[in-house]
Amino acid sequence: MVEVNKDNFDEVVKKEEKLVLIDFWGPKCEQCLALMPEVEKLEQKYADKVKFCKLDASQNRRLCISLKVLGLPTFQLYKNGEKVDEISKDVTIEKIEEMIKKHI
Amino acid sequence: MTTLYDCLIIGGGPAGLSAAIYASRAKLNTVVFEKSKIGGQAAITDDIENYPGSMEEATGPKIVKRMREQAEFFGTQFIMEEIRGIDINGKIKKVVTNRWCYEGKTIIIATGAEHIRLNVPGEKEFIGKGVSYCATCDADFFTDLDVIVVGGGDSAIQEALYLTKFAENVTILHRRDKLRANKCLQDKAFKNPKIKFIWNSVVEKIEGDGIVEKVIIRNVKTGELNEVKTDGVFVFIGMKPTTEIFKDLIDMDEKGYILTDENMRTNVPGVFAAGDCRAKLLRQIVTAAADGAIAAVAAERYIEELEC
Repeated sequence: MVEVNKDNFDEVVKKEEKLVLIDFWGPKCEQCLALMPEVEKLEQKYADKVKFCKLDASQNRRLCISLKVLGLPTFQLYKNGEKVDEISKDVTIEKIEEMIKKHI
Repeated sequence: MTTLYDCLIIGGGPAGLSAAIYASRAKLNTVVFEKSKIGGQAAITDDIENYPGSMEEATGPKIVKRMREQAEFFGTQFIMEEIRGIDINGKIKKVVTNRWCYEGKTIIIATGAEHIRLNVPGEKEFIGKGVSYCATCDADFFTDLDVIVVGGGDSAIQEALYLTKFAENVTILHRRDKLRANKCLQDKAFKNPKIKFIWNSVVEKIEGDGIVEKVIIRNVKTGELNEVKTDGVFVFIGMKPTTEIFKDLIDMDEKGYILTDENMRTNVPGVFAAGDCRAKLLRQIVTAAADGAIAAVAAERYIEELEC
């Protein structure tokens, strides 16, 4: 998974033509930590169609607020640099996969 | 061939983990199902001062991590799948997840409880955008910002105190004119300079442009409506048991808490309940752990009787 931060966000997410999934996580978010290995498995499955990124919210608070993310876990999906879908809080790996399938 | 487990434990909070430790240590072939994160509510509780033996540096995540390691050490298997239903009619019990159907001789239900939502306009829309039910998960975002905590019980006050480490101002909004939380927490809250109170008031509506910007509150005595600017709304107005999928299968009280005897037995032979999902006086880590231990031993006895 590609690490996204305030310095590379435009380059990695905005300029990407493929679908981009951002996993907003934080070191204190137990649910985020439990989900991450599962998300990595999804990455292997959809690697040709979706770019998988992760964003450490604890290190990028301002970026998160500008992306209107104020809670974890949150997953956003971007297409041609625009946000097309999002899930927050009651996130399961199935819901993430459903969201990806809806847009590929 | 499908494995026949001795003990299928639904839920990986302290009750489920304690049951798993006792069951697998007694050489029962044990599996724990957990849909999102091991540890339940304890995994998102920062300070845990009242679990016997936990003093310095005891946080929920640390305690449950050790519980999980202990269960794994004795041979418990963990499965991260969501339960869709159970079949408890026959001698062989079944747990159906989104991926598979598991079979076992006993089931221990330890699904815990979840936060009651406010059910007001804007709440659902702003989840993850300023509305939160977990201070330890989301407090970071509100560094130097203003937040409202809704509720007056132990968890509301505990979370409000935690939030003062981050937020500039924490306003506790409570529908009564005094707190229900224990004295020790109340004293800490009243002494904390960052905490303010709004009494006799409830949230009517949450508003903002993409993220939370304000709430409309109503004074329950006068009916007066007021607008309060805030960046976050943390909701701790009580819990409800996570027992919806067992409805009509197992006896429950009117609130949905599972009824058991003192040995954690439900009305269905071979099905036990432990922890916060059970009807009882005190829902704490210590009582969850005790329930789990008793349920595991009761399950072991049930299997012994079944097989002789």
